[in-house]
Amino acid sequence: MSERAAVSPPDEQDDEQEQAEQREQPAASTETEPQPVTTGAQSVIRALENVGVEYAFGVQGGAIMPVYDALYDSEITHVTMAHEQGASHAADAYGIVSGEPGVCLATSGPGATNLVTGIADADMDSDPMIALTGQVPTEMVGNDAFQETDTTGVTTPITKANTFSSHADTVGDDVGEAFALANTGRPGPTLVDLPKDVTLSETDREPAEATVPDTYEVQERADDEIVRAAARRIEDSQRPALLLGGGVIKGDASEACREFATEHEIPVVTTMPGIGSFPEDHELAMEMAGMHGTGYANMAITHCDTLIGIGTRFDDRLTGGIETFAPDAELIHIDIDPAEISKNIHAEYPLVGDAATVVEQLDEEMEHSPQAKKWRAQCQQWKSEYPMAYDTPEDEPVKPQFVVEALDEATSDRAIVTTGVGQHQMWACQYWTYTEPRTWVSSHGLGTMGYGFPAAVGARLAADDDQEVICVEGDGSFLMTMQELAVAVREHLDITVVVLNNEYIGMVRQWQDAFFEGRHSASEYHWCPEFDTLAEAFGAKGFRIDEYDEVADTVEAALAYDGPSVIDAHIDPQANVYPMVPSGGDNGQFALSEDQL
Amino acid sequence: MTQGLEGPAPEDRPKPQGRRNAQGIRIDPEVEAEPAVRRTVISALVKHEPGVLSDVSGLFSRRQFNIESLTVGPTEDDDRARITLVIEEHEPGIEQAKKQLRKLVPVISVRELAPDAMRRELMLIKVNATRPDQVAAVAEMYDGQTVDASPETVTVQVTGSRQKIEAAVETFEQFGIREISRTGTTALARGNEETAATNGPASESTPEYTEDGTPTHPQTTPSDDD
Repeated sequence: MSERAAVSPPDEQDDEQEQAEQREQPAASTETEPQPVTTGAQSVIRALENVGVEYAFGVQGGAIMPVYDALYDSEITHVTMAHEQGASHAADAYGIVSGEPGVCLATSGPGATNLVTGIADADMDSDPMIALTGQVPTEMVGNDAFQETDTTGVTTPITKANTFSSHADTVGDDVGEAFALANTGRPGPTLVDLPKDVTLSETDREPAEATVPDTYEVQERADDEIVRAAARRIEDSQRPALLLGGGVIKGDASEACREFATEHEIPVVTTMPGIGSFPEDHELAMEMAGMHGTGYANMAITHCDTLIGIGTRFDDRLTGGIETFAPDAELIHIDIDPAEISKNIHAEYPLVGDAATVVEQLDEEMEHSPQAKKWRAQCQQWKSEYPMAYDTPEDEPVKPQFVVEALDEATSDRAIVTTGVGQHQMWACQYWTYTEPRTWVSSHGLGTMGYGFPAAVGARLAADDDQEVICVEGDGSFLMTMQELAVAVREHLDITVVVLNNEYIGMVRQWQDAFFEGRHSASEYHWCPEFDTLAEAFGAKGFRIDEYDEVADTVEAALAYDGPSVIDAHIDPQANVYPMVPSGGDNGQFALSEDQL
Repeated sequence: MTQGLEGPAPEDRPKPQGRRNAQGIRIDPEVEAEPAVRRTVISALVKHEPGVLSDVSGLFSRRQFNIESLTVGPTEDDDRARITLVIEEHEPGIEQAKKQLRKLVPVISVRELAPDAMRRELMLIKVNATRPDQVAAVAEMYDGQTVDASPETVTVQVTGSRQKIEAAVETFEQFGIREISRTGTTALARGNEETAATNGPASESTPEYTEDGTPTHPQTTPSDDD
């Protein structure tokens, strides 16, 4: 794609000289007194600086060059990724961990379309993110110009909002508004398309303060009457359960939910994006429900009489068949997005508002806790009846669960886990004990294989220095985006990757065994690169695990290595993920082994 | 493969009593009924800016809402346009369509119009001119106007409710219809009632509760066909 740089303006070099001169000025003066904006591109960067952006992830290219030129003088640190898809996942993960929108940049055409997977991923998971894309000059739009794509057209269904900037005077306002929209109410990705003439044009207008448009309204507090009715329902319930979704983490409501749950002694189930919202080592924790949720979480959700769903959209991987989802429960649904209420599951008590605010409203309204001692005992019994235990016979290949647990053991409570998509992702859900919000970074709704490593790059830069970043990947998933290792080495990012290598597209192989008579169509690799050697070729540190007695030492050495390291863990290729609720099935009828499917 | 987890098998587990229908509403399995589909008019006041129409039509297509017509045009305010949609959905579908529409950033307000709202459509219908006098008589019957006449064709403009337009089409069939172009329904609320409030929240249906706080079950309103 070297051609992307081919369309550069002839006056580029002059600009550069000018900027070089500017850089020679004493640093103190530029910090206190920012240079006035002179072009649309500078307005774009100023808008990002105004909202406190520290990092941007992207790839250069023709139509975005003016913006990169303005970035050259900025305090914002740009991380050049190997591929724009990596930039979008890195920005997405940065947004998850930091709580502030991650920023990604790409040029027009292929640059923009390469961002699409990451934008769609952020949209499905409501992650705050802003994408800035170069576009061909306005007068060429619609003519099928070199590297032209209708980027706003392509991304309309997968962004919370997008806009085509039409003027240098207002382009900074557009960027500020997109940033504000990405992070207000229900978060999501936004995009601003930046035609090259707009970014090159002169303007002396500073961007306006970043605000959402006046048509965009967010309801913070829920209707008091419904809150009262919901509180009565919880007080009277015999089998209450909390279901915490990703919205709890995004709304910084984990603490409020934890207090509510412990005060009223209500068992807590989470969705996959909700992992980390409630400490999994707590007595009330039933952990994740759904297709590969724990048996006890699925029993609790199936048998509760009152379900308090917070920040969850009742995705089909959680509900299984709608007919059999929590069929005895009246639903109290708290969500900041009114459109999620009664979209999939009818809510008897629709509470639109900010998660933390509404949980506090609910708590204030509660006159007494539900009498649910028997129910809690039942939940504990399910926990002992359906343990997540597995065997580790010494004469068989290493079990993946053992590797995940070893990593969890060797790292702190605040360690961040990123994953790709597939069996390894489910083992990382099930066998790592999450206790803190914003430590679980994964692709939930879209299910994007290859998400894990570029996400680790973004997570690393958003995380505190004392937080380890662990990327759990599968061999198939890692192969899709592992070129970003080059970035991690170049930027000296301390990330530990463990590839749970079974030389299969494992989840597909598992489904083929269960539902396609074991016909392994296009799921067997027969051959895989040696990921440890490949890591070394990138300049990272490579490790390999074949036996149980290598696990602890290798994990310790990889964690100790200061920089990116990759453990190629050769696991039992026949290991499967259980429990499992088949697609559209009854959560209460989860299978514990293949013969129950 | 014998790998798996320990625990009571599916058939040995207790089973819940209840059940939901496909819309996620708890139901009595004995008296399960499909929710009725009804046709309704939704009016949206939107910012008059490029891309709004494609945002709205794209939303309805990708979420598979059953849409019968969509019209758009300027309003009393140059910065605002009104979009009128006729959709055919069951109750949860109508609610979802309104909420999704309200979520679009350029959409200012959304309202489902009452059954008595004024709804009008314009049709141009071109028929063979073999019996011009009779064409004129039929046009008059439907308060239509002849807008073009040639030796071989007559084009009539008819305005009115969807039902009236459809009845007119049926009557004009006897002359041999060459071409039809219809605008789709546009609508306004009657009297003092605002069609879509300029400011303020979109219409929300709130559930009702009995005195002890129990919600009453969602009702399906009878199908309304203008």
